Amino acid sequence: MGKYVVKRILSAIPLMLVISFLIFMFIHLIPGDPARLIAGMDATKQEVETIRRQLGLDKPLMAQYFIYMKGIFHGDLGYSIKNNAPVASVILPRFKPTIILTICSMIWATILGVFLGIIAAVRRGKPLDYLAMIIAISGISVPGFWLGLMLIQFFSVNLGWFPTAGLTMAKSYVLPSITMGCGIMAILARFTRSSMLENLRKDYVRTARAKGMSEPKVILKYAFRNSLIEVVTVAGLQIGGLLTGSVMTETVFSIPGLGRLLVDSINFRDYKVVQALLMFFSLEYIIINLIVDIVYGFLNPKVRYQ
Amino acid sequence: MGEKVLEVEHLRTEFKQEKKKYVTAINDVSFTLNEGEIVGLVGESGCGKSVTSLSIMRLLGDTSGRVTQGKILFKGQDVLSLSNKQMRNLRGGRMSMIFQDPMSSLNPVTRIETQMMETLLLHRTKDKAQARRMAAEMLKKVGIPDVETTLRSYPHQLSGGMCQRVMIAMSMSCDPQLLIADEPTTALDVTIQAQILELMKKLQREEKTTILLITHDLGVVAQMCSRVLVMYAGRIVEEAPVHELFYNHRHPYTQGLIDCIPKIGSGVRRLPSIRGSVPDLALMPAGCKFAPRCPFASDECRKNEPELLPYEGDPTHLVRCFRTKEVLS
Repeated sequence: MGKYVVKRILSAIPLMLVISFLIFMFIHLIPGDPARLIAGMDATKQEVETIRRQLGLDKPLMAQYFIYMKGIFHGDLGYSIKNNAPVASVILPRFKPTIILTICSMIWATILGVFLGIIAAVRRGKPLDYLAMIIAISGISVPGFWLGLMLIQFFSVNLGWFPTAGLTMAKSYVLPSITMGCGIMAILARFTRSSMLENLRKDYVRTARAKGMSEPKVILKYAFRNSLIEVVTVAGLQIGGLLTGSVMTETVFSIPGLGRLLVDSINFRDYKVVQALLMFFSLEYIIINLIVDIVYGFLNPKVRYQ
Repeated sequence: MGEKVLEVEHLRTEFKQEKKKYVTAINDVSFTLNEGEIVGLVGESGCGKSVTSLSIMRLLGDTSGRVTQGKILFKGQDVLSLSNKQMRNLRGGRMSMIFQDPMSSLNPVTRIETQMMETLLLHRTKDKAQARRMAAEMLKKVGIPDVETTLRSYPHQLSGGMCQRVMIAMSMSCDPQLLIADEPTTALDVTIQAQILELMKKLQREEKTTILLITHDLGVVAQMCSRVLVMYAGRIVEEAPVHELFYNHRHPYTQGLIDCIPKIGSGVRRLPSIRGSVPDLALMPAGCKFAPRCPFASDECRKNEPELLPYEGDPTHLVRCFRTKEVLS
């Protein structure tokens, strides 16, 4: 198992390098000249040239990439033009809200989704199955921005239970978490259900019953334990999507998180911030995949012993 | 002849097809298993062998099937009237089962030791260390060479033959009085098959377990069983001691099955087969269910269904046919 984990971690390094290169190149493909933007439309050619040299934009692209990477390894992510501050100091305070939001959404969505999926599979074709699947389908179909606005209207404006926007107290996280987790809950519910239905038909489940095992144990220790392998994979991919997908929720609820920072930075052509954020989102995807792979190895002995 | 272990009387199991529409998978199945005997249950695929075994174990729950008529007595106790909890105590303990495909019958994500101990902890002991010792002992009994390694293994690390040994060890670990073996060797290759059968026979001799051996292989029956039940289209069509069945069978279906066994030196080039196939459950013919495929069928056969009756007054040889006299052994 230790060998497996080390192998997975090592294989993530070249992947991250390739991604960093691609992000760097794509940012430079975006039309618009940052030096011209900074200098202003009425600046002379010479002024623009000076700024370009200051920013190091006159060097060949490959050289710029190496300078940038060297900076990253020294903890220097560049300078934000818009905020007139180092990129790191712009991004850091934005982490907390997004991460708390992601974790909250993921926790409730996973628990409820998996629970609904198991219930639906065990009660297949019965009213509970239909109820669970109606909840799941609604969760997938409702657009997040609409759900967010409806929640604000009902719970914040009409009932006054939660704040309408911002992050002033712990309660502030409730409505955004619901908005963000809804789709994942639905996906997990449907996925768990189909995976459970498949596993409940397996021969080893029949063996478990033939042993005299009680039905809840058969369902959890045999069917669900095997479904878990697939459920973890899907859940992992969803967390990755959540962090980046926070853009919409953060905008609706005016939360100063990473998602909104990304939108703002793109609008202001704040390239260094965009670049750093994209790198972070990629890294986060890779780390989550890594965790999923490792958990997967724990859950599936076939993977572990190869 | 020992005590009666299992008595099945007029068992009928139906499957739900659509809303409120049921088809009968097995009908009027009656037989008795005595202590310490191995009885074969043979027939083509789809004739109701597995449904019979699942009905006895009350494991139809995960299908749409249910027993609608009849009685199943295990040691004189009515299995069908037991509560679910009482039934669970019986299953895996005094009444256990092994299945066709050993590789898929074991839980792929847990170690062999856990799976074996589960059964023991449910029925024999509350002490984990003792359960593990018993599991190890049982594995030794079924001829597994490296018991410790096997206990620590996952099913995918073992071969099919090994898995079936584990399954047998598991199902025999609580000293069952009845073992239902549903095609235990079909998925294994021939050399392993012989070993597994020999093992089952050995355990049966030592523990005096009654075995209901479900198979479609008459060779296995000849080697293992003392008595045979032949099933066709959800009914028992012939029941006889094994010698009587091979040399003096009276049902044309049994004859068909025996004719299908290749014989060395018989000079026949083309192996005979029974023409047609088992009828669809929803489209059962009237009269004798075998009549459409039977070379001896008369108008009477197509109109009325014969009953399972003793042949020439012999209570050990029962046959369901009007034309027993014409079937030549």
